[in-house]
Amino acid sequence: MTDAAYNFAYLDEQTKRMIRRAILKGVAIPGYQVPFASREMPMPYGWGTGGVQVTAACLTPADTLKVIDQGADDTTNAVSIRRFFQRTAGVAATERTAEASVIQTRHRIPETPLTEGQILVYQVPIPEPLRFLEPRETETRRMHALEDYGLMHVKLYEDIARNGAISTAYAYPVKVEGRYVMDPSPVPKFDNPKLESPAIQLFGAGREQRIYAIPPYTRVVSLDFEDHPFEASKADHACDLCGAEESYLDEVITDDAGGRIFVCSDTDFCAGRRAGGHRGALAAEDVA
Amino acid sequence: MRPILDVQGLTKRYGARLGCGDVSFDLWPGEVMGIVGESGSGKSTLLSCLAGHLAPDAGRVIFDTRAEGPRDVLTMSEPERRMLGRTDWAFVHQNPRDGLRLGISAGGNVGERLMAVGARHYGRIRAEATDWLGRVEIAADRIDDRPRAFSGGMQQRLQIARNLVTGPRLVFMDEPTGGLDVSVQARLLDLLRGLVREMGLSAVIVTHDLAVVRLLADRLMVMQGGRVVETGLTDQVLDDPQDAYTQLLVSSVLQV
Repeated sequence: MTDAAYNFAYLDEQTKRMIRRAILKGVAIPGYQVPFASREMPMPYGWGTGGVQVTAACLTPADTLKVIDQGADDTTNAVSIRRFFQRTAGVAATERTAEASVIQTRHRIPETPLTEGQILVYQVPIPEPLRFLEPRETETRRMHALEDYGLMHVKLYEDIARNGAISTAYAYPVKVEGRYVMDPSPVPKFDNPKLESPAIQLFGAGREQRIYAIPPYTRVVSLDFEDHPFEASKADHACDLCGAEESYLDEVITDDAGGRIFVCSDTDFCAGRRAGGHRGALAAEDVA
Repeated sequence: MRPILDVQGLTKRYGARLGCGDVSFDLWPGEVMGIVGESGSGKSTLLSCLAGHLAPDAGRVIFDTRAEGPRDVLTMSEPERRMLGRTDWAFVHQNPRDGLRLGISAGGNVGERLMAVGARHYGRIRAEATDWLGRVEIAADRIDDRPRAFSGGMQQRLQIARNLVTGPRLVFMDEPTGGLDVSVQARLLDLLRGLVREMGLSAVIVTHDLAVVRLLADRLMVMQGGRVVETGLTDQVLDDPQDAYTQLLVSSVLQV
């Protein structure tokens, strides 16, 4: 299946070596943003060029790849990246979280718990958690180096002062292994507790040329105040298709008369539950 | 008693030109030292060197730290110096926009230093911020407004609150009343004088406004061309200037 015009997994071996070095350094210093020489990829910035490069550097011919876009396996970004690697690496693809050895994701962590040996690759638009608080990159780097993170709490303070609660709902800042404050890419804060995982988590930001990582079983703490503790929030509803109470939900508008349903954002999780006989409130009807 | 700040032979050059040359002085606890001089006389350079914003070419700045006694600030590691900058030191900029975060509410501005030294209880941070806004005469209902919506005098008072909230022992001020009209200046000076006395602050105030030092400073240092030309008690220097330049400076103030 591999197109002979391409090297395995698209990137040349020197580039993969360079990226692997950055990954290893990232794993050695959890949460630290390692600069790397991001390559031009055959897709626009913002479509996962960082994640694709990290995935390409990790893939072996024996791997099984799953690609997620906002929890779904069948949206444009997921389909095109999956096809890209099927064509350039010839690896097997799957939609089932449990069967995948490498999972590239955008904006979600799968509901099915990850296991040892799996690699979760995130596409990251903005790796710097302090970006919109301190505009100078030289200064943010110094702040990371000196563990000068008071400003991060100022952001949360502003949230509470203005909205009565911490309203940051995605890209919720975390502290990794008691040292670096990290942006977990724009995953909903519902997914933050899942950042403590047996799987290896790698974050690639192509435009910003940064790679960072959370090794398995690393302590990841969401920042909060003593009197306003972190809360992993989701829509207060059950999935209308599979009836799941504990999964992150998307609100889908179904008509122009205010009709809406809540469905699992993780399509594989939802399909798996329905195959197992679970039914939600609207499952009998033909929705979507 | 030990001086809180002991400066010896501080020199900073910009290439061939002299920023400030061979400045030495002691600052004692609770004392306010004024540095006056015309534009370009090196007073701001001196202040930046003292506060660790600029690296001087020669000299020592020995600060009497709480934990370890006298230490040379210039040979401290960057994290230690930053910690000092958040706890025992404060720096009030001439332009409040340099010292405030304009995109963040007044309460957040005051609370930042608290959070930087580890405060993690929202209610207590907010209570402290409210208290400090009151002490600098900003109404409590402005706590969630951004500094952009404040007048120049209020911004300057907010900057002072933000700096003093962690109870520093040494304050550096760079033209704290610059750019304010005279009535606002008078109120600000009044406030500063009250806070300095009440908290027992030591301060180094750089200004070209002799009225400011007359009101606030115990001692005065006159600079010209990067050199100190005269030092002494404020009233002594202003009422009986010895150096030719100081005489010129004092006589050029308009009497209304």
